[in-house]
Amino acid sequence: MTDRALAVVRAGALTTVQDRGRPGHAHLGVPRAGALDGPAAALVNRLVGNPPEAAVLETTLNGCSLRPRSAVTVAVGGAPCPVRVDGRPVAWGAPVRVPAGALLDVGTALRGLRSYVGVSGGITVEPVLGSRSTDLLSGLGPAPLTDGAVLPLGSPTHLPARVDVAPQPAPPTELVLRVTLGPRDDWFTPEAVRAFTSRTYRVSPAGNRIGLRTEGPALDRARPGELPSEGMVLGAVQVPPDGRPVVFLADHPTTGGYPVIAVVRTEDLSAAAQAVPGTPVRFLRVRRR
Amino acid sequence: MSLRALPVGDAALLVEVSSGEEAQALHAELLRRRAEGSLAVREIVPAARTVLLDGLTDPARLATELTAADVPPAPPRARAVVELPVRYDGPDLADVAAHWGVAPHEVARIHAATEFSVAFCGFAPGFGYLTGLPERYDVPRRATPRTAVPAGAVALAGPYTGVYPRSSPGGWQLIGTTEAVLWDHARVPAALLSPGTRVRFVPVGAVGA
Repeated sequence: MTDRALAVVRAGALTTVQDRGRPGHAHLGVPRAGALDGPAAALVNRLVGNPPEAAVLETTLNGCSLRPRSAVTVAVGGAPCPVRVDGRPVAWGAPVRVPAGALLDVGTALRGLRSYVGVSGGITVEPVLGSRSTDLLSGLGPAPLTDGAVLPLGSPTHLPARVDVAPQPAPPTELVLRVTLGPRDDWFTPEAVRAFTSRTYRVSPAGNRIGLRTEGPALDRARPGELPSEGMVLGAVQVPPDGRPVVFLADHPTTGGYPVIAVVRTEDLSAAAQAVPGTPVRFLRVRRR
Repeated sequence: MSLRALPVGDAALLVEVSSGEEAQALHAELLRRRAEGSLAVREIVPAARTVLLDGLTDPARLATELTAADVPPAPPRARAVVELPVRYDGPDLADVAAHWGVAPHEVARIHAATEFSVAFCGFAPGFGYLTGLPERYDVPRRATPRTAVPAGAVALAGPYTGVYPRSSPGGWQLIGTTEAVLWDHARVPAALLSPGTRVRFVPVGAVGA
């Protein structure tokens, strides 16, 4: 067959289609979604000659296997992992030609959590509100990949980049998240605010695309009662009644009723997306810019 | 109107006012400014007592300016009323009637006689928090949330009425069912209800059937 499509042979633990998301609809309850490690998604697009808004695949922990129906150029980035074409090892972090009908296997992450697979022409599932991203909170966009699914591909617009290997940040062994306090830090005791910005937390295995959950010292409230629902931003650190901070990632709810003690700088969220459970986390208080 | 602008990260402001009506007036004013081109912002998210502005280049300057500004009351809404046909047959109708101290059919009469407006959205695409019922009709959430509330369920919690756009877990008190499609991404606009939309529930069939 010569049609431009990818057959999913092994979907992996959780593989989703992602682009830069659907910002601008939060007032309708629509999360922004989009690749959790935005720089990695942009890089694999650049390597295969796609524009930055093209849709890529985001894997979780154990990769995926794909069989293109026509020859394509692919690049795998984000979490480092073995990449094979018909069983032969090929480069990670560089453009690779995959012949029609060959099996591309993106293996288990050696470090980090989420690998990104860019394919020349991009994945052209039907957009919803201007984005092809899977949003796990609201169910908008394409469903997560399943074995046997077939994904349409667009036509390549540019030649792949001429690089042997592209430098990428290593997944963090310690996650340092720069935060500015507020808007609801006054809902917590001064001791809790101090603990939040000085103690070490750990990445909980319960995290997902909605939020990075943490384990560590519980943060005590200075005031009881409920906060009326209010708008939430990407990177908001919400503290539910158990007192353990949750960092809101791309699929976060657009409004919420638990107080936000601080907000993480957007540039630090790609490292958060790659932090495996157990990684130490420190919230570093910085000045507002 | 006294308002407080709280910085949120580096690019957002949470503007807090003292009532839901003030939040709706502030939301209308911010939409007007964006439409006339004097406010550049990616998201304007109204909520119960706040409006969030996200994607600002100079939040500190806007905070100063807003705190000094006069916000006019929300202009009368010119938008048409969205009518939602509803069967008042929810499993919590009797509980709500008990909270209100009325007979179940009275719940339907009072609810259907109210003009609601969408104060804000959230929870799911197309889920609006509708206000309009007097405060004496506030109801608590259910002690134990249901694991699955069907799509189209018309429900009450606190001062709000809402309609579940799709099946999901939920703790609201279910008083009825509508077949209206709250969210359809193939439709323009995808959401039947957005902040400011006026809504009436039109009873269909017998109450408690």
